[in-house]
Amino acid sequence: MSLTSIPKPRTPYKAGKSNNFEMNAWLFMRGSGLLLVVLVIGHLFVNLWQGEGIQQIDFAFVAGKWASPFWQVWDLAMLWLAMLHGANGLRTIISDYATKGTTKFALKTVLYFATFVTVVLGTLVIFTFDPCIDPASTLEVCTNK
Amino acid sequence: MWSWVAHRITGVTLFFFLFAHVVDTAMVRVSPEAYNIAVETYKNPVVGLMEVGLVAAVLFHAFNGIRIVLVDFWWQGARYQRQMMYGVVGLFLVLFLPFVWRHLTNVFGH
Repeated sequence: MSLTSIPKPRTPYKAGKSNNFEMNAWLFMRGSGLLLVVLVIGHLFVNLWQGEGIQQIDFAFVAGKWASPFWQVWDLAMLWLAMLHGANGLRTIISDYATKGTTKFALKTVLYFATFVTVVLGTLVIFTFDPCIDPASTLEVCTNK
Repeated sequence: MWSWVAHRITGVTLFFFLFAHVVDTAMVRVSPEAYNIAVETYKNPVVGLMEVGLVAAVLFHAFNGIRIVLVDFWWQGARYQRQMMYGVVGLFLVLFLPFVWRHLTNVFGH
């Protein structure tokens, strides 16, 4: 015979090893959101407002930007934060509107898979980018070869 | 309530665009020609108009997001949420209207 120990009355409730995931996700949305305001509006300003806007964008434009570690870090941070911010937002929306457990599970599986693939693809693109695959490149790294 | 609905709709819109945008940018890893063909799509007048909508979604989501952060963390946030909504709309118009003019000039000026 084993007795379950019953706590004394007025013992404060202890959450024990509670999972703070939702709290952290909530905080992340606010923190990443504020950073993304700067990152995304800066991105739009440089790519769509300055110079000839949308008309200036081509391979050479991207190569010129990613020649600088500043824009590599900028774009990498933007990719990760935006993807995770968006994925968490959609996770919340699925939880709110999908009623059946199996539907929820299926939608979230697709969401996490698509997010993972896109983050990995984008990260690889930034890290393995080679501006010199353009034979017409006038960048110093390419003309010195 | 309506700002909450708009925040969800703009958020989902931007997230779906993000997938397309990462894939089109990934073309820089294929070849300069592949990337230039992909990005040419964005210079099409119809897509150019859709970009105006995309930037509208970014600006609203950004400024309303700041408003949400202030409501949550600033001790006077909940009290001034309505005034901050006017701020969101004001800031939105100040940045959006010049952008519409600039972007459409770029899209249709070529």
